[in-house]
Amino acid sequence: MSKKTFKHGIHPAGEKHLSADQPIRLISAEGEMVYPLSQHIGAPATPLVSAGEQVLAGQKIAEAGGFVSAPVYSAVSGKVKGVAPHMTASGETAPCIIIENDGLHQWVDDRFRPDFPDRSVPGYVDALMSQEHVARLTSADIRNAIREAGLVGLGGAGFPTVVKLTPPDDGKIEYLIVNAAECEPYLTSDYRLMLERGEELLAGCELLLRLFPNAKCLIGVEDNKPAAIKSLTEKAGKYPKISVIPLKAKYPQGGERMLVYALTRRKLNSSLLPSGVGCVVVNVATTISVFRAVTLGQPLTHRIMTITGDAVASPCNLEVPIGMSYEQVMAQAGGFISDADPEKVITGGPMMGTALYTMEIPVTKTSASVLAYRFDPVAVDDPSACIHCGRCLSACPEHLLPQLLSDAAENEAFDQFEKYGGMECIECGSCAYVCPAKRHLVQSMRFGKRKTGALIRARKTAEAAKAAEKGGKDA
Amino acid sequence: MSHTENVKTHTTRNIHVSTSPHIRHEVTTKRIMTDVVIALTPACLMGIYTFGYQALLVLLVTVATCLLTELIYQKLMKLPVTISDMSAVVTGMIITVNMPATIPLWMPAIGGVFAILVVKQLFGGLGHNIINPALAARCFLLISFAAAMTTFPDTIRTLFDGDVVDAVTGATSAVDAVTGATPLAEVKAGADVNIFNMIFNTHNGCIGEAYPPAILLGGLYLIVKRVISIRIPGIYILSTLGFVCLIQLISGHGDMINPGYLVAQVCGGGLLLGAFFMATDYVTCPITHGGQVIFALLLGLLTAIFRVLGGSAEGVSYAIIIGNLLVPLIEKVTMPRPFGVSRKGMKKKA
Repeated sequence: MSKKTFKHGIHPAGEKHLSADQPIRLISAEGEMVYPLSQHIGAPATPLVSAGEQVLAGQKIAEAGGFVSAPVYSAVSGKVKGVAPHMTASGETAPCIIIENDGLHQWVDDRFRPDFPDRSVPGYVDALMSQEHVARLTSADIRNAIREAGLVGLGGAGFPTVVKLTPPDDGKIEYLIVNAAECEPYLTSDYRLMLERGEELLAGCELLLRLFPNAKCLIGVEDNKPAAIKSLTEKAGKYPKISVIPLKAKYPQGGERMLVYALTRRKLNSSLLPSGVGCVVVNVATTISVFRAVTLGQPLTHRIMTITGDAVASPCNLEVPIGMSYEQVMAQAGGFISDADPEKVITGGPMMGTALYTMEIPVTKTSASVLAYRFDPVAVDDPSACIHCGRCLSACPEHLLPQLLSDAAENEAFDQFEKYGGMECIECGSCAYVCPAKRHLVQSMRFGKRKTGALIRARKTAEAAKAAEKGGKDA
Repeated sequence: MSHTENVKTHTTRNIHVSTSPHIRHEVTTKRIMTDVVIALTPACLMGIYTFGYQALLVLLVTVATCLLTELIYQKLMKLPVTISDMSAVVTGMIITVNMPATIPLWMPAIGGVFAILVVKQLFGGLGHNIINPALAARCFLLISFAAAMTTFPDTIRTLFDGDVVDAVTGATSAVDAVTGATPLAEVKAGADVNIFNMIFNTHNGCIGEAYPPAILLGGLYLIVKRVISIRIPGIYILSTLGFVCLIQLISGHGDMINPGYLVAQVCGGGLLLGAFFMATDYVTCPITHGGQVIFALLLGLLTAIFRVLGGSAEGVSYAIIIGNLLVPLIEKVTMPRPFGVSRKGMKKKA
């Protein structure tokens, strides 16, 4: 049977073997904890605590700053040092709540601990699902629990989950899609979650399906994870509305538009959200957090990170307290290989991740990994002239002409950039990956998108003003 | 914590920061050009076998001229020297395979200078030329030195039948002793074709045209290495045959069409070389897949017109050059639609 997939894309080496067999290990919070108020797309959260205040682990320390926003919770007990600017993964400073960790790990409620309940007890998921209050939950209750828990898309985008789960019309949603592709090389956290917490994932799907009466759930997994497909398929047997669908392993299969297309043949673009074609897309880790938020009231205080790369002493998958510094995480992960100075450290996957220049930054809700290379694999690549080989075109999952668009961006021909669909670019990096001239296509595309986006917004504002003026005159 | 004291969490040297992606495929421009050089090697070797040391001299002189021209120009203009990217070697080899072995050596040298200096560097260097430099050089020489460019050796070495052979009929005597006609010219004049010899024996013509299986081997190598796709060469060759038949039928010469005639159209002239090595030149063919189909069909049509209705038996070079010039237009009308954007959506934006 031909596996479901999308057109174009690339086949980078997976490199998942480094950490794929390492079970998720919970590490304890060490050192000062730093909580950026913006760990999500949307309005920054508003601090609820001030300097000198004592907080407990699992306590809300910042409230959502609007509908498209999310609250922030502390993963430790300790004293608030203050709200101050601190370096973040993007390389910019941002306002953060800083908490002195007292090392006592006192929780607001023991049910909020990431290792509650004991996962070695068979049937713990069913036990939680059969709690009396869980059966009675309304859609509003479920959404409220998700909002309160501070859930955002844990795949990397960080879009507040409850907003995603609130389409204009619940009845029109036909597919609840779980993004289990994990198409970025090196990353194995979703893979480990599927293997170790598959029941929690499926229960999370079951809870989300309650929001959408006409939906069925599709879990799309790349076929380079046969163990996860097998395990989930077996466990999904008792859920008639949930199916596990193998997808061809190809980057960027986990891109939202590619995933929706592969599973439903429906097409999205930059101005059409999944709900517009009857779909809602959630990530594996997010769905598991939904299960924990709804059945336990557990807030988001920890996330899974893959620590990997050829400069890492012992690649692993860790359950990390949000707020902990990357440096402390590396210490608990076993550090870098002692005689290897990594030349490049990335958070996120190698295709779309961010290169770090300091480890003194906090783990946030969207920190997917630490990927450390002994040698920067792209440092030797000096860009040369484009030879029009067309590899970028054949790789682009958005069917764009990256070569033409990056030229347009570099020449500041933003009207051309817009006309030829530059704003559709998802910055997946496939074009730059295949470019034999090693051109910085993604960099040019980002520049083009930023500039063109500003022009489009300005134009729309002007048009709106004009329309308002005209309307005023008519009246 | 004591157990973490000896764990290395810092990096002591300057770490690199760059935008994503942080990994790249190993293919480089130089690797691609080197693959083309490798792919052209069998055709060149068979040319040297067939036409002797003179063919080797043409190859050496032309490649050296191309490299020197690029080096000197870039030094004089204080540009970064890029001769190590192998593209000038490719140009030199393609000029060579398009020359008769008997040509005075200074002519391909002039061709090399013209290709690199006028057609490539003056337009901005690699990637910026609008027509294929090697083909432009061939056409330039064809116009300037028509006699030398169309005079082929009297005797050639064959694989099966002794030293002197008429490649078309398979006769082992010097038939066309005056200018050593190419198979395509003989076929145009109405000669019968020995199909086996046409395909599997060396025959007269330009250096690279001597042995069709060698060209195919190179083409196959490029396809296997994914340097080119079969799209352009496949459509070009088939459409040439189709249009040749069509034109012959329309002009009332349907009796010309027979298997031997068609085999000669493919193997007897420059079509194979043109289809696999020149029409597929990245810089001067359309980048869009639809555009490549149109481009290849257009080349087939033009080649058929030139071969059947033109004065010369050949037509590949001029067809490709005209095709090169139309590439911007072809690309414009075959611009792909972004994923998930409707035709209406595109119009609204434009």
